[in-house]
Amino acid sequence: MSQQEKTSSHVSFRDYKGKYKGLLAWILSTDHKRVGMLYLYSIITFFITGVCLGIAMKLELIAPGKTVMDPATYNAIFTLHGVIMIFLVVVPGLPAVFGNFMLPIMIGAKDVAFPKLNLLSWWVYIFGAIIALSSLFMAGGPPDTGWTFYAPYSFKTNTNMLPAVLGAFILGFSSILTGINFIVTIHRLRAPGMTWFKMPLFPWTLYGTSWIQILATPIVGITLLMIVGERLLNIGFFDPALGGDPILYQHLFWIYSHPAVYIMILPAMGAISEIIPTFANKSIFGYKAIVISTLAIAFVGYFVWGHHMFTSGMSGTALYTFSFLTFLVAIPSAIKVFNWVSTLHKASIQLETPFFWAASFLFVFMIGGLSGLALGALSVNVHLHDTAFVVAHFHFIVFGGVGFAFMGAIHYWFPKIWGRMYNARLATTGWIMFFIGFNTLYLPMFFLGISGMPRRYYDYVERFHGPNIVSTIGSWVLFIGLFVIIFNLIRSAKKGPIAPKNPWGGKTLEWTVDSPPTLENFEEIPVVEKGPYDYS
Amino acid sequence: MDTSIIVEDEHRDDEGSKLGMWLFIFTELLLFAGLFIVYGVYRYLNPEAFHLAAQQLSVSVGTINTIILLISSATIAMASSSIRLKNKKLTLILLISTLVMALIFMVNKYFEWSGKIHHGFFPSSDTLHTLGNGDTLFFGLYFFMTGLHALHILVGVVLITIVVVRVSKNTLTDENPVLLDNSGLYWHLVDLIWIFLFPLFYLLT
Repeated sequence: MSQQEKTSSHVSFRDYKGKYKGLLAWILSTDHKRVGMLYLYSIITFFITGVCLGIAMKLELIAPGKTVMDPATYNAIFTLHGVIMIFLVVVPGLPAVFGNFMLPIMIGAKDVAFPKLNLLSWWVYIFGAIIALSSLFMAGGPPDTGWTFYAPYSFKTNTNMLPAVLGAFILGFSSILTGINFIVTIHRLRAPGMTWFKMPLFPWTLYGTSWIQILATPIVGITLLMIVGERLLNIGFFDPALGGDPILYQHLFWIYSHPAVYIMILPAMGAISEIIPTFANKSIFGYKAIVISTLAIAFVGYFVWGHHMFTSGMSGTALYTFSFLTFLVAIPSAIKVFNWVSTLHKASIQLETPFFWAASFLFVFMIGGLSGLALGALSVNVHLHDTAFVVAHFHFIVFGGVGFAFMGAIHYWFPKIWGRMYNARLATTGWIMFFIGFNTLYLPMFFLGISGMPRRYYDYVERFHGPNIVSTIGSWVLFIGLFVIIFNLIRSAKKGPIAPKNPWGGKTLEWTVDSPPTLENFEEIPVVEKGPYDYS
Repeated sequence: MDTSIIVEDEHRDDEGSKLGMWLFIFTELLLFAGLFIVYGVYRYLNPEAFHLAAQQLSVSVGTINTIILLISSATIAMASSSIRLKNKKLTLILLISTLVMALIFMVNKYFEWSGKIHHGFFPSSDTLHTLGNGDTLFFGLYFFMTGLHALHILVGVVLITIVVVRVSKNTLTDENPVLLDNSGLYWHLVDLIWIFLFPLFYLLT
């Protein structure tokens, strides 16, 4: 540390000149902040692509019969929408963007444990994305199985399954590398004095997520590889004609893909746990309960995959067990919600945009979570399985939960990342439109599902017409809201007023460094003496 | 703008690197765990066919390969010790003998595989289809699992080759042996997976 030259220590990481220039200075940078930004720009690009596909689906559903596309196109579009949104947007979402950018700063480190590996995982991510999306432009057309690639259709269909499945496999690698990196970073690089229970909650949730990433992803990796083997070599792993068992595929797939939901939601909960105390100007209620419930979700989340398969054929014992465990996993999530709400009790709240996102997160997350309990009950599940209700439920969790937390996080940390303030009035307008659009889009789908409208159909009977129109209009409102938000953020990143170090009065370490941070974040590694949310 | 270059201090954390390697090894084990489950399920469903199909594999070739891998694990572990004793020559000898043994393993594998393919035991062959589903699954799993294992051997060979080059150039010495240690850990993993594959395919007849 002694040989460090102090002359340029106040140059922001964005202006810092290294070995490379221009674009290369970014795509070859091992700085955790630049890698985080690379992820941010790539994820936003894929997100907008996914949103456009979603809008196209809703447009098709505005009227019964063929409206704008034929059934095959619709199948391809919902598959691509799922693959892009799950594997390219929400799984890497918060951990890869804000985890990379904020984790080292929040625990008082200069970088992640393996900066080169970190850059490599972004490259692997881009490589996987290119492979997955190349299926669009090859003869045979994009895959049409849905993002779950269920056997045996996934090796019978003539569409381009191979690139999509291989792409998802490669993306899993990227996810594992990030997970390993974060776990080692958290174990080895916490600032002196930062004991485990003085660590802020966002790093805690990243820790839980990283464990799920490394424990669950290999299973889906090998499963997807088996699909590849099935298509190339005709081995018969999941082909009943050759003695294979398609239900086994579903088990292996959901052993990963259910915990994957917690990969997505845990960091979202972490971001909310940062935003709420800051804008409540109050220490978070039940810090330890939140930590323990994070670990409990990560743990119990492994044992509930069967609830995706209640109608696929399992023994009665298995059904009861999975249903019971599903109810069990709701408890730690509910504990968190109670903690967040209790934090707001008797607080002097700053009504800023990140807080609006956090508050609306609570609203949509509760609807999503409670509808999840309805689906976890066996008898109800039989009625609701594969209906629009399921689609509404997981969009409330994944888009409502994770998406709202992402939006909250990007507004919360915007001054730190870009060193400028966003336009609060526009940001709030965008939030209101997004929130209204979101609920108009997805709430009718609950009613449609209960009255029996199946998911993944491009057509429906006349009696479902009304709610579908409402839903499609909601998708437009949401889209306009999204446009306002993105426009505001891009404009503010260039022209917004210069942000101070700590615009919101946050207590965690990222608010003690420059906005934007310098290359090495801290001039001196801080010594931590207090807990993370010490407002006393 | 300021063009002076910040001298970044060298961050080195051998403990951290090893922790990362152990986590990675854990993910690799889980990768194979998925296949072990699939193997278990299909063995349970087709006990007779798996029993007969396994007799087609040569126990002696499998045993030889097991012994080769076990010795190669020993030699790379000894290389980790000898580099700490600053004995560069011995380290190189040990590493290269590990590589040679990996090569012998692959040659054995090649002859084993081509023998099976010659007899018509390969995925989607006519011979297997006439034999039935159990045999199809057994040989499908055999090629898939040993193939994936062989891929890991190749990755290990690349890793150890890098270590050999760095040792001979003196960029990897007793000061910074962590890359050698981690390659050794990876090689033990490859060995460990084989120790599970060997009884599953060769011995359980």
